[in-house]
Amino acid sequence: MSDWESVIGLEVHVQLRTRSKIFSGAATAYGAPPNTQACAVDLALPGVLPVLNAEAVRMAIVFGLAVEGEIAERCRFDRKSYFYPDLPKGYQISQLDEPIVRGGHLDIEDDDGSTRRIHLTRAHLEEDAGKSLHADYEGKTGIDLNRAGTPLLEVVSEPELGSPEEAGRYFRSLHTLVRTLGICDGNLNEGSMRCDANVSVRPRGSLVLGERTEIKNLNSFRFLDKAIAFEIERQIDVLESGGSVERQTLLYDAARDETRPMRGKELSDDYRYFPDPDLLPVVVTQSMLAEARATLPELPAAKRRRYVDQLGLSDYDARWLTADPDTAAYFDAAAAACGQPKAAANWVMGDLAAAVRREDTAWTEVPVPAAQLGKLIERIEDGSISGKTAKTLFKTLWNDGGNVDELIDSQGLRQVSDSDEIAAIVRQVIDAHPAQVEQVRSGKTRVLGFLVGQAMKASGGKANPQQVSELLQESLSADPS
Amino acid sequence: MTVGPFATIAEIRAALASKTTSATELAREHLDRIARSDLNCFVSVCEDAALAAAREADAQIRRQGQSGLVGVPIAHKDVFCTAAVRTTCASKMLADFVPPYDATVVTKLRDSGAIMLGKTNMDEFAMGSSNENSYFGPVANPWDPARVPGGSSGGSAAAVAAGLVPAATATDTGGSIRQPAAFCGISGLKPTYGRVSRYGMVAFASSLDQGGPMARSATDLRLLLQHMEGHDPLDSTSADVESTPSEANEEALRIGIPGEYWRGLDPRLAAALDDAARVIEQIGHERVDISLPHSGYATAAYYVVASAEASTNLSRYDGVRFGHRAEMPEDLDDLYARSRTEGFGAEVKRRILTGTYALSIGYYDAYYRKAQRLRRLIRQDFLDAFTDVDLILAPATPSTAFEKGALSAPDETKDPTAMYEQDVYTVPASLAGLPALSIPCGITGGLPVGMQLIAPHFDEDRLLAVAEAFQRETDWHRRTPRS
Repeated sequence: MSDWESVIGLEVHVQLRTRSKIFSGAATAYGAPPNTQACAVDLALPGVLPVLNAEAVRMAIVFGLAVEGEIAERCRFDRKSYFYPDLPKGYQISQLDEPIVRGGHLDIEDDDGSTRRIHLTRAHLEEDAGKSLHADYEGKTGIDLNRAGTPLLEVVSEPELGSPEEAGRYFRSLHTLVRTLGICDGNLNEGSMRCDANVSVRPRGSLVLGERTEIKNLNSFRFLDKAIAFEIERQIDVLESGGSVERQTLLYDAARDETRPMRGKELSDDYRYFPDPDLLPVVVTQSMLAEARATLPELPAAKRRRYVDQLGLSDYDARWLTADPDTAAYFDAAAAACGQPKAAANWVMGDLAAAVRREDTAWTEVPVPAAQLGKLIERIEDGSISGKTAKTLFKTLWNDGGNVDELIDSQGLRQVSDSDEIAAIVRQVIDAHPAQVEQVRSGKTRVLGFLVGQAMKASGGKANPQQVSELLQESLSADPS
Repeated sequence: MTVGPFATIAEIRAALASKTTSATELAREHLDRIARSDLNCFVSVCEDAALAAAREADAQIRRQGQSGLVGVPIAHKDVFCTAAVRTTCASKMLADFVPPYDATVVTKLRDSGAIMLGKTNMDEFAMGSSNENSYFGPVANPWDPARVPGGSSGGSAAAVAAGLVPAATATDTGGSIRQPAAFCGISGLKPTYGRVSRYGMVAFASSLDQGGPMARSATDLRLLLQHMEGHDPLDSTSADVESTPSEANEEALRIGIPGEYWRGLDPRLAAALDDAARVIEQIGHERVDISLPHSGYATAAYYVVASAEASTNLSRYDGVRFGHRAEMPEDLDDLYARSRTEGFGAEVKRRILTGTYALSIGYYDAYYRKAQRLRRLIRQDFLDAFTDVDLILAPATPSTAFEKGALSAPDETKDPTAMYEQDVYTVPASLAGLPALSIPCGITGGLPVGMQLIAPHFDEDRLLAVAEAFQRETDWHRRTPRS
């Protein structure tokens, strides 16, 4: 065990999926040509004014309720001043000392399945900046203000995370939560969730926090893990060689897998915060709270409990299915359609997950409707089709679509369960293979499998193999002649 | 000439209604006078657009008669954004800036039928009390061209006083409507903060800025206000209140006279104000001595708060997206530093520096927070006073119009505070967000004297009613520079 322990706190910028920006009517869609989604307010032209998007406030309230934080009855916006070309007003509208949400917690799970509660310091609303484009402008810098004014909820954790792995679990847990709440699309590669990590180390057992550094703009699970791990090692090296950690802001260079001090104008020692006089204080009324509470979906932890307690799934399956809210939503729909949660879980985690991975499909865009998967499971359970036929039929559904019952009929897939029909086939097989019949009768029971295979073949694969096997055994023992 | 150059809007409307004159004729006459004037009131004149709008107004008057402000020529202070017409704020920074939108005030007045003749000169970014801080040069006072018209709405005030327009829009942050109205002998109203939308009005100090009208009578102010006010979804701080009733009422009111405002007042102005107060008593109102104990701190508090807000409001002028940009910058810092150094005048830089300082770590508590505390005390003074009185009567300025150069501080070697003291009687109402107006109440040394009336929040109706009654009893508002 190392002599050092690390202490990590995360500040995650969650882009809220409102249709328009937090203080203007411009669209927030990702990927539009530069500066096509920036209006006069986003460009900070003279005389224009911010108008708060009520939807962003609603989403912040929903988040606050979900993490059981304290939602301020009254909060306000402040101006945070610094000069940078992608910050059009020369200040960012943010919340300094009156955030909309204080406190709250997020639970993360350890490998052994136990839960650890990570406390949140606060969550506040602010606007995103634009982007500086350094490529393709012949040595100049391009500015794209499409992102300027996109609403962000900055979620700040207490420094309670003990390792890069825990930080990763926290980030994942937050990712799952905000997607479940429908307040963020969670597309990390589009920057929908960006993380700053505060990292310090101290001698194991010490109660005093070491000097910390802040690593900016970690936008993937992998970089978060690698950057924090690198930084912990770096700090330990510094301390063990007799140096001291300097408080500074760092950037993670993924190409070199190292952190290095940030340079540039985004850094300021003094942001000169003061209340923004263009915006009135936000008053959160009881009815706004009630409305938000009414829209609160089932949260991941509750969902996991329900899967285990009510649906009888294993803890592993429940965790697997609830890690992603879209997967869970699909599973819920499929399970409800067939009334067979365990079978539904097996299909979703098996054939469906494999196809989703293979085809790189989003769970919201799976071509097999959950109702059809449910129907497929129902038809296996009621004996209409065999498990093998079902796998083939699933491929058809995935590739070509269609309706399970219609496909079973039109492709003649229905399993033959009629005893008379199967008895006729069994008799044929017995008549056609006297040698093998003799072998079975003389105790070579392995040969029974051959006869079952022949009967299945004769039925065109549609006979219920269980029934065939039973009837064969019955006939061979009842008719010794 | 069909109506005199000093006709009120009421008179102009009557002349248009009776077809004694036409909107086109009025526009032409006023444009001619603007062209002949050497007071430097205008930054931009929109002759073609004005005449086209006047022709439309005439067609409308022929069809439906005159209503609202149809056919009435006006000017906008060059702080209001006008689509397709450059909006400079009298700054080199915005000398070529053409906004893609109209300010809400501009839209509303156009919708009411008013004809915009041009954009008026002002102190750069509305910072100043003499109109000497303009990239386009100072404005002369029509009563004495060697003197200043006041500021920052000096161009609008001088234009109304000189007969170039019957009315103009203006803005008041710490007195920029009332002080030039007083210096130029016209009527000017700063409405309650929030009554008139700030959308499209280039920001100086957002918690104080308020647009309002300048005209030749309180009755005209009332009419103009009706066509400027109202809740605007584009301005979160705009209030949703009932519009001003058009009927003046005749009730007897208690008028407070704050003793603090008479200390240090030029005795000639004090005499004019005493006369005015007597007129108000004769009308039937009661004169009540009151105290506004924190008035003495208002100027200091104002310059901290306003400069703090301005320092961030003006951060957007960075040479990146619009406005003045330095040639061939070496790097980003150089782009910022030179664009702003070249684009802003001395007073604007001074306020940005003051405001930046006041908000800095280590100084915030001593300056910004303390100033906000004073602001609350000053506001409370007024609220307490208004439990006893209906309106407050006060001087608008410490003196009549002063000579150009007398108080100006064009570079860092000069002390700007003498100019700042010009605002001593106007900033308290600004800090409290109260409606206040200035109307002419005398002439001394050949120069007009202004009387300020201050009302409780959103009580413009009584404020204007008393001013209208005063103007029925006196003719100070009909005096003109050459009469």
